[in-house]
Amino acid sequence: MYIVEALREAIREEMRRDETVFCIGEDIGIEGGFGGAFTVTLDLWKEFGHERILDTPISELGLTGVAVGAALMGMRPIADVQYCDFLFCAMDQLVNEAAKMRYMSGGKLKVPMVMRAPVGATTRGAQHAQSVESYFVHVPGLKVACPSTAYDAKGLLKTAIRDDNPVLFFEHKLLYGSRGVRKEKGGLDVQGEVPDEEYLIPFGVADVKREGKDVTVIATLKMVYEAMAAAEILNKEGISIEVIDPRTLVPLDKEAILKSVQKTGKLVIAHEDNLTGGWGGEIAAIVADEGFNYLDAPIKRVCAPDTPVPFAPVMEKFYVPDAEDIIKAIREIVK
Amino acid sequence: MAIPKEKLVWMYEKMVEIRKFEERIHYLFLQGQMPGTIHLYPGQEAVATGVCANLNKDDVIASTHRPHGHALAKGVSLRSAMAELFAKTTGCCKAKGGSMHMGDMDVGAIPAIAIVGGGIPVATGAALAFKMKRTKQVAVSFFGDGAANEGAFHEALNMGAIWSLPIVYVCENNLYGASTHVSKVMKIKDIAIRASSYGMEGKVVDGNDVISVYEAVHEAVSKARDGKGPTLVECKTYRRGGHSRTDGNIYRDKEEEKEWLAKDPIPRMKEYLIGKGILTEAQGKEIEEKKEMEIDDAVEFAKSSPSPKPEDALEDVFA
Repeated sequence: MYIVEALREAIREEMRRDETVFCIGEDIGIEGGFGGAFTVTLDLWKEFGHERILDTPISELGLTGVAVGAALMGMRPIADVQYCDFLFCAMDQLVNEAAKMRYMSGGKLKVPMVMRAPVGATTRGAQHAQSVESYFVHVPGLKVACPSTAYDAKGLLKTAIRDDNPVLFFEHKLLYGSRGVRKEKGGLDVQGEVPDEEYLIPFGVADVKREGKDVTVIATLKMVYEAMAAAEILNKEGISIEVIDPRTLVPLDKEAILKSVQKTGKLVIAHEDNLTGGWGGEIAAIVADEGFNYLDAPIKRVCAPDTPVPFAPVMEKFYVPDAEDIIKAIREIVK
Repeated sequence: MAIPKEKLVWMYEKMVEIRKFEERIHYLFLQGQMPGTIHLYPGQEAVATGVCANLNKDDVIASTHRPHGHALAKGVSLRSAMAELFAKTTGCCKAKGGSMHMGDMDVGAIPAIAIVGGGIPVATGAALAFKMKRTKQVAVSFFGDGAANEGAFHEALNMGAIWSLPIVYVCENNLYGASTHVSKVMKIKDIAIRASSYGMEGKVVDGNDVISVYEAVHEAVSKARDGKGPTLVECKTYRRGGHSRTDGNIYRDKEEEKEWLAKDPIPRMKEYLIGKGILTEAQGKEIEEKKEMEIDDAVEFAKSSPSPKPEDALEDVFA
């Protein structure tokens, strides 16, 4: 199953299970349309109708606030934006309202909403290319999920929908596996096994995507595949890489990370977001504090440079971190 | 329309309650007995009251940084409101919110949203939930003239209109966004005409006449409840006090001030009720004394309530 299908299945199952769950976004239910920008909600309107697959005007701030209000009244909206870059239009509602209503009410309210958004550079230009997880990792009151496989996507999305808190749910454009007219050039083929029986993946549980003993690499989304490719190459040289996918950045499975660093003594963190202020720094700080004695080498971060995403494919390739960059970082700390 | 006597008296009492509450808070605040900030409501009581007199307990309101009047009109108790301002755990938000987030969902008052315009999409979402759940509940979004220039206002009203949501948008035009007069920031005189941009009905109401507010909103609420969609009701009113605690209104035109302060909604309503033989002078006095006592009680309650433990700050982030 491709990730788009896994996500669609998660939405479908949760909407069948709980009538308070509904989708709200732009172009998500239009008959003959794409089913959202990347086909995740394709044809869901046929089963659930246009009230539960609710198309909005181009009003990201408004639709996010509407999701907050509906969630306060007991609905469970799955809102989405077509590109994560548009979340900035909605920042007030995500940061000042969704994240804080519970706290400001003294714990009496809850905001059980999901906001889905595609991330990643795809030669569309700087405003349709960002990775924005870090902005939301920083906000108390928001949870952040970022699955890299179909199995993780379905299990995490179901958990997100059932969570009584606002969840930012990030999906990578090049991992979707969308086909037909919405096929992404440069997309990875990451079909995976998804069980028929119902399953949920809890938040705060990292997944060891590859066991190893020499270096710990923390990676999310597309960087997981870059890390795995790097691991394959280095394995032939006798360097054993452990790849850990946190799957959720908030809550973060700190224990899994520390346990791995205790074993390997070396840490590399890889994300597609810009270096400065990226969540990689947060993990580095945690390990430098709580795992200081485990470290045999400086902590390395493999991230995009501090620039907007350029258009020209050669520049974008330079910008987006890849297996080569990970290998380079690992060589610096493995002597 | 024929408004039942009990309703008229209720509205008068509620306006007196709000006025006295705000006056007491102002005093306590200037005495240094209360932390935080305050944005007071005196002069605008007829809006909160005339609107909320039309609402059931399970209808909801979304309010602003100036929420005390709305909260009390919707049924938040004097005690829990006062305790919140005194930062006590018995406050409506367990001392986690403060003045600008006053509210209590038990009586349908969403803890207020202090970002100007921030509550308008939220109220719209509440109305969407009511429509989807097929309840007959109505949402009311309170906001000021300043908020009518926020993007959130436009996005929310547009969605309220296209989906025919059970919501009433109540704009309290008190002529000032903090210190800025509306004429500086809008070419139009009546915000209500913006309703037509969304294919929505807009009404202008004397916001200092609680009966006019009541009647206009009565129609809008019925329409919303019947599934016939939203209305934008613009209430023309005025702040008797400053924007917030230390504002001396130096920027306001003195003639304008004089004209508006003479249109105090409370003596106006009192005069009306006495004129109609619904209230006597003596009964009017009784109401004032009763409210003073209730507020004394609320202050006593707040002062003797426990303060939160500092570590309570770590709770209630996630459900």
